[in-house]
Amino acid sequence: MNLDFSDDQKFLQAEARKFFDKEGGLLLARKVMDNDAEGDQELWKKIIDLGWTGIRIPEEHGGLGLGHLELCVIAEEIGRSLAPIPFSSSVYLFTEAIINFANDDIKAEILPKLVTGECVGTFAIAEDTKKITPNNITCVVDGDKISGSKIAVPDVGFATHAIVLVKKEKNLELRLVKLADSNVEKKLQKNIDKSRSFYQLNFNGCDSQKIHSDEDAWDLSEHLLDQAAVMFAFEQVGGAEQSLDMAKNYALERYAFGRQIGSYQAIKHKLADMYISLTLARSNCYYGAWALSSDSPELKLAAATSRVSATKAFQLCAKENIQTHGGNGFTWEYDCHLFYKRSKVLSVNIGSELSWKEKLVSAMEKMNTLENK
Amino acid sequence: MDFNDTPKQAEFRAKCRDWLDANANIKDDSKPKSISSAAENDLETIIKRAKDWQKKKYEAGWAMLHWPEEYGGINASPIERIIWTQEQAKFDVPGSIFEIGLGMCGPVLMEYATEEQKKRYLPPMAEGKEIWCQLFSEPSAGSDVAGLRSKAEKDGDDWIINGQKVWTSGAHYSDYGILVVRHDASLQKHKGLTFFFVDMKSPGITVKPIKQITGTAGSGAGFNEVYFDNVRIPDSQRLGEIGDGWKVAITTLMNERLAVGDARGTDIEEALNLAKEKDDDGDALIKNQAVRDRLADWFCQASGLKYTKFRTMSALSKGEAPGPEASITKVVSAGKLQEIGNFGIDAGDMAGMLLDEDNWDPFQSAWLGAPGLRIAGGTDEILKNIIAERVLGLPQDPRADKGVPFNEIPQGK
Repeated sequence: MNLDFSDDQKFLQAEARKFFDKEGGLLLARKVMDNDAEGDQELWKKIIDLGWTGIRIPEEHGGLGLGHLELCVIAEEIGRSLAPIPFSSSVYLFTEAIINFANDDIKAEILPKLVTGECVGTFAIAEDTKKITPNNITCVVDGDKISGSKIAVPDVGFATHAIVLVKKEKNLELRLVKLADSNVEKKLQKNIDKSRSFYQLNFNGCDSQKIHSDEDAWDLSEHLLDQAAVMFAFEQVGGAEQSLDMAKNYALERYAFGRQIGSYQAIKHKLADMYISLTLARSNCYYGAWALSSDSPELKLAAATSRVSATKAFQLCAKENIQTHGGNGFTWEYDCHLFYKRSKVLSVNIGSELSWKEKLVSAMEKMNTLENK
Repeated sequence: MDFNDTPKQAEFRAKCRDWLDANANIKDDSKPKSISSAAENDLETIIKRAKDWQKKKYEAGWAMLHWPEEYGGINASPIERIIWTQEQAKFDVPGSIFEIGLGMCGPVLMEYATEEQKKRYLPPMAEGKEIWCQLFSEPSAGSDVAGLRSKAEKDGDDWIINGQKVWTSGAHYSDYGILVVRHDASLQKHKGLTFFFVDMKSPGITVKPIKQITGTAGSGAGFNEVYFDNVRIPDSQRLGEIGDGWKVAITTLMNERLAVGDARGTDIEEALNLAKEKDDDGDALIKNQAVRDRLADWFCQASGLKYTKFRTMSALSKGEAPGPEASITKVVSAGKLQEIGNFGIDAGDMAGMLLDEDNWDPFQSAWLGAPGLRIAGGTDEILKNIIAERVLGLPQDPRADKGVPFNEIPQGK
């Protein structure tokens, strides 16, 4: 039994934590919010220099050739530090899509550039407030020309390329688009968390290239999201743990009625509930990490379980962190709102808790037995 | 990351499995689990079956794996204990009535008894020949167990015990018990306590089974009130120094918290099967969105507990000390049991309330038993205090009884 990260992976995590602390920690996200920026370009360059955008990219393409577990530990530190960088869009989604589905020519062209930062990618699926289903996709491709719109596309200010889910007659395809194409119109969309940026993309007959062969793109997209869900869940666990830590430290230093507020059971039990939720989420994330790294047929179930559990934990910890801070927690000056906002954006960015619960129960229904409970 | 045994662990697991295959029957999973199934049988049969099974294990060396050989164990490692428990759980074996003795009384004797006493009492405890119980809680001392009032007065080489204990599992069939009492009420609460073990057949001890909300009493590991009326205990049966009772009790309580793990009973798998089976106006209940939402939550809890346990095992497997993560187990599992039991009853709609006492519905059993599990071995509230104080490092509440002689502490009725 070894449901734990290796010493090397733990070392990488410790290095990542030190790196984000040294670079300024939460001040990085604050700076982006205060300057109406779309992310931290300098920080992103340093991440590229560390080689993290190439963690999963094979060595033949200039990457580090490591596994998903290395991404999971870095994801946790990004979640903890709220680092304002396009890591999730470019690494968990775009890069994974190229590695998983693209032919050798596309790989040889794109992967080395993702390592060097010359290429940054994003993933465009949502179209409006409707649930993302095969029927609801209205972006179409005719020949290689795409028309239609996508919304809430992350990090377009950084991205050079996007993978877009489009309809070709009755089928779906995943297509690679160069965002510099003059037939792609980009509109920044305001969102709850100003340390992250999202765009509307209007495709007015822009060029594109299909990245996969004959597989159904819906299944590919679902698989990609299942994989990404585990890494997003680690970000959520990192954010949840940091929120709990903040709440705990405040409960120790703040006095009311002549004693530390952390000595009141109302606060203790609140923090214990946060710890319980976080612990369940972390253990479920380890299950997800195992399924992801071992290419298990249980990935669907494990990913949805990690995702739902981590979404609940981060949202609980973030909101109760504000509550523990009282009025101070509602000010711009205190950091609580940074986590509150990130927890919400992370809870919907690849589909809401409701949609992941539905995936979870569907996966449960398909399992013959929920063994070993 | 993997869920595999090391070669050494696999070898040990195979050894466990071989012996179990030869000596017990594998469980039939088609039968639903019921937490009160033991109650259907009469007490003597239950005890006899449990004792026979324990003796069989003892003779083959499986009874108390981690104990030293001279007391009947085989010096097994923590991970080997877990492997044995996992394998044994796959077999239809009698429920244990020795858990309190082996899990709590044994470790205290091991630490505080004389060598002679250990040699006398531990092997029969491991063999199941003698059953032990734990006499801590009192009518006015539950979560605040150090507030207990039963008295010990010195009389020559003996102590005279008067008072009442409550919630003593298995007192009605126990041979011995461990006991904490107050030897001096003029000292502060924690300082006036002393710890003993007592022969449950001593004159002056009266055991009265408690009728629980399930309507049952004195069956299986049922609870009791135990009255002490001038009960004489020799000073040689004192464990620890006079006034060290709390320190000794804490050793036991820590072992209890490890022993009281999962609240067993209907779980997510049973809830899922029921939801597939039950009809909701033509559709299976699982089509109901409210039901799906709850199934997802319970699955996350059940899975979270399962992999929390795996994380603890991973640490033990590497010879490391586990983190504090296992502290969430009981509070999560007992609450989940109550909710799933409740769901099982709701799923029957108006028929859900109807009772068949000859053939208990497992969801009804779970729902009726769960309130007890949320209290026993540390209430939800006490467990959350422990998480807050020991894991997160928050301060204790100010205590009105701190530094005050016990007999001056305000008391309710």
